[in-house]
Amino acid sequence: MTDVGIMSNNPQLNKNGLLQHLLTTEGLPAPILLNILDTAESFVGVTERDVKKVPLLRGKSIFNLFFEPSTRTRTTFEIAAKRLSADVVNLNIAVSSQSKGETLLDTVDNLSAMHADMFVVRHSQSGAAHLIARHMRPEIHVINAGDGRHAHPTQALLDVFTIRRYKSDFRNLRVAIVGDILHSRVARSQIHALTTLGVPEVRVIAPKTLLPTKVERLGVHVYHEMTQGLKDVDVLMMLRLQNERMLSARLPSTEEYFKYYGLTQEKLALAKHDAIVLHPGPMNRGVEIDSAVADGKQSVILPQVTFGIAVRMAVMSILAGN
Amino acid sequence: MQLPDAEQLLANLIAQVRDDLASSTAIVGIHTGGVWLAERLHQDLGLSLPLGTLDVSFYRDDFGQIGLHPQIRPSDIPFKVEGSHIILVDDVLYTGRTIRAAINELFDYGRPASIRLAALVDRGDRELPIAAQYVGKVLDLPSDKMLALEKNVEGKLSLSLYDRRRDNE
Amino acid sequence: MKTIIRNGRVIDQKNRIDGVMDVFIASGKIAALGTEPPHGFQADREIDATNLIICPGLVDLSARLREPGLEYKATLESEMGAAVAGGVTSLACAPDTDPVLDEPGLVEMLKHRARSLNQAHVYPIGALTRGLKGEWLTEMAELRDAGCVAFSQSDKPLPNTRVMMQAMQYASTFGFGVWLRPQDVYLADGGVAHDGEVATRLGLPAVPVCAETVALSNIILMAKETGAKVHLCRISSAEGVAMIRAARQQGLSITCDVAANHVHLSEMDIGFFDSNCHLVPPLRSLGDRDALRAGLLDDTIDAICSDHAPVDDDAKLLPFAEAEAGATGLELLLPLTLKWAAEMKIPLSAALSRITSGPARILGVEAGHLSPGADADLCIFDPAQYWRVDAAALKSQGKNTPFLGMELEGRVKYTLVSGLVVHEG
Repeated sequence: MTDVGIMSNNPQLNKNGLLQHLLTTEGLPAPILLNILDTAESFVGVTERDVKKVPLLRGKSIFNLFFEPSTRTRTTFEIAAKRLSADVVNLNIAVSSQSKGETLLDTVDNLSAMHADMFVVRHSQSGAAHLIARHMRPEIHVINAGDGRHAHPTQALLDVFTIRRYKSDFRNLRVAIVGDILHSRVARSQIHALTTLGVPEVRVIAPKTLLPTKVERLGVHVYHEMTQGLKDVDVLMMLRLQNERMLSARLPSTEEYFKYYGLTQEKLALAKHDAIVLHPGPMNRGVEIDSAVADGKQSVILPQVTFGIAVRMAVMSILAGN
Repeated sequence: MQLPDAEQLLANLIAQVRDDLASSTAIVGIHTGGVWLAERLHQDLGLSLPLGTLDVSFYRDDFGQIGLHPQIRPSDIPFKVEGSHIILVDDVLYTGRTIRAAINELFDYGRPASIRLAALVDRGDRELPIAAQYVGKVLDLPSDKMLALEKNVEGKLSLSLYDRRRDNE
Repeated sequence: MKTIIRNGRVIDQKNRIDGVMDVFIASGKIAALGTEPPHGFQADREIDATNLIICPGLVDLSARLREPGLEYKATLESEMGAAVAGGVTSLACAPDTDPVLDEPGLVEMLKHRARSLNQAHVYPIGALTRGLKGEWLTEMAELRDAGCVAFSQSDKPLPNTRVMMQAMQYASTFGFGVWLRPQDVYLADGGVAHDGEVATRLGLPAVPVCAETVALSNIILMAKETGAKVHLCRISSAEGVAMIRAARQQGLSITCDVAANHVHLSEMDIGFFDSNCHLVPPLRSLGDRDALRAGLLDDTIDAICSDHAPVDDDAKLLPFAEAEAGATGLELLLPLTLKWAAEMKIPLSAALSRITSGPARILGVEAGHLSPGADADLCIFDPAQYWRVDAAALKSQGKNTPFLGMELEGRVKYTLVSGLVVHEG
């Protein structure tokens, strides 16, 4: 059975090879990723107008299903949907039906009976978005807004969108992802997006306790020291260090982490002089990044947020049209 | 069927528009053929306001049937729409639906003082109450044919006729 | 009642039999094998086994029957039916029921309930510690008297090494078997998939191989020290197999088994979060799987078990880590063993011994062979019949298996327990 494998069909694509759901950046062909980025370019213009809205998804219902609280991500999806003229319903399931014993799929069934056209799902368990997508009627689209440690594809897409805005060609870039790779859905999605788009060298930099086993099989080069890992890098993608990691035995202290893995101006100087710095937010200043860098001229952290809305508008409109 | 020379029609169109120019006139082309024409109009008429371009994909009324166009170019309106006199330029005026979408999009940038329409070819069969003020030529074409403006490497424009099932409008 | 089974290919590794012949059954026992009936033998029933294989009824070292207490997952009736449908005539059931099998009364009740169904022989494994909590020993001798054949912690941890050592010492006082699944509770904590490429890709909390080998090392050292009769359950890693092989070469008399799923599957089969592949221990790498196959071949691993754990649909329709671990297995034990034999090109008799005489020896019961005078527990199957694993084809109340929707070769036609036909397929 292992020899045959059950990996053959991509659950994200419909029978015509078009994007049905966005669950992960893994396994998506480069043309689909580029189409999302190109479409997002047009939406950037829309978000800069007086009327920041287009009538594309008028009459469509988009449900933000957040099984894990996240005001920031939910808000960006909500703004994106509203700028497409869709009706948006926000549900924080963490505090409603799940505590009454209703299963994940019961909840989803109930909501799809309310004629949802699209679900934006955030869940603490890896694979939750796949489960929901597999369970859905074919006319409903699912966007993964983060599942456990697995994937956060719209974040990765807005990251590569930002990179493309500042660096013309993916095919001559050296990118370093720094921090808690092990627990990061953002890192996994970034790695797949970057390698698919042809970035020749993606590095991960972290202590061994924050790296998953065989991470090099994802196509990255592994570094444990910033001094080596940041050398000649064009793009630095910093990851948030979750506070709860400090409670486990993975790290001794935030102070030691900042000293060796926190991004300071001094360490940033090891990268190329025109390197850009990204962070998915929210930042822990003084833990993974120094304020001088976060607010410095090489930081593109605020543009990331702006572009995030355009990228999510692109994803929603492409899915809704397929 | 013998199609007219696009360059001839364009010259015709430019002559019509020239008579109506004011200092606040702006030219906006609709992707893709309309932008080629608008570029030529803008250049030949020596307008002071920069050229605008529109991709009406986000405003089309057939999104529910055919989804999002696979190649969208950003719309670019580099002048103040509020109070401006706009001449909207498209290659072929047919059902009027594209023009409807373009007008709606323009209004999301501001309230223009006026919008007029220039079309290289008007092939009739309107489905909406829309008319062009400047027309290169009126052509009667069978409904199973698609008329397309093309541009060669030297920038010369020409018209071609295709069967409608070629859906690369 | 006398039965004759005609013209089948009889395979009995223990008695070195492999040939086409008749089997004569009288009074629930094997009367004779061969072409000539015993003197004065008058058959009441005749079964034509032409082109079929007759082997000893299968012996399964791990089948969860979900009684008492967990009847929403499965009932004794449904799972006993599944056992005989899979050709299983003797099975050991784990103590992780609700309540736990840690009192003689519960064991007697289970034995009684099972006996009244008149199907496979049920051999309860008693809890090694009270409530499987890993703190206090159970009344093992009493439990043995009630019918327990060995003692285990099932999948519950026993982190206190002193308690483990004393449990081995106490059990060895009476010569009782101690069955342990090697897993370090801290290293495995929270993990749901093998610590490898797939868990890394899917972002699943991982169980490293050392969760197995560290615990295994403890168990082997304590078995050596105490002389306890230790059986290792559900080995999953290449390193684990190597350690057991080495311990045996040093003369330690430990035995071990592997689950049928692990003989075929690897982490890759999880695909896109297939919760049917959420198993305990986790499916490991292809290299580990190949080492398990090799371990079976060189007798380091004594038995293949079904590790039958029916789970209700709702408990599987959850994100991978939240889905309940386990797979239905009784009806797949034979075809999966045949598949292994075919893929490894080993004789059927050697393959069948891993699910008949091998596990019977570990269980310490008279089963797994067709010697004249033995209980007539038989499995008669068509080795060439393909069948599709789907909900309708499975008698078990659990329809969850990684092989769902696949075609497997080998279907049980008749199962006999003590000479009576208890299943006809």
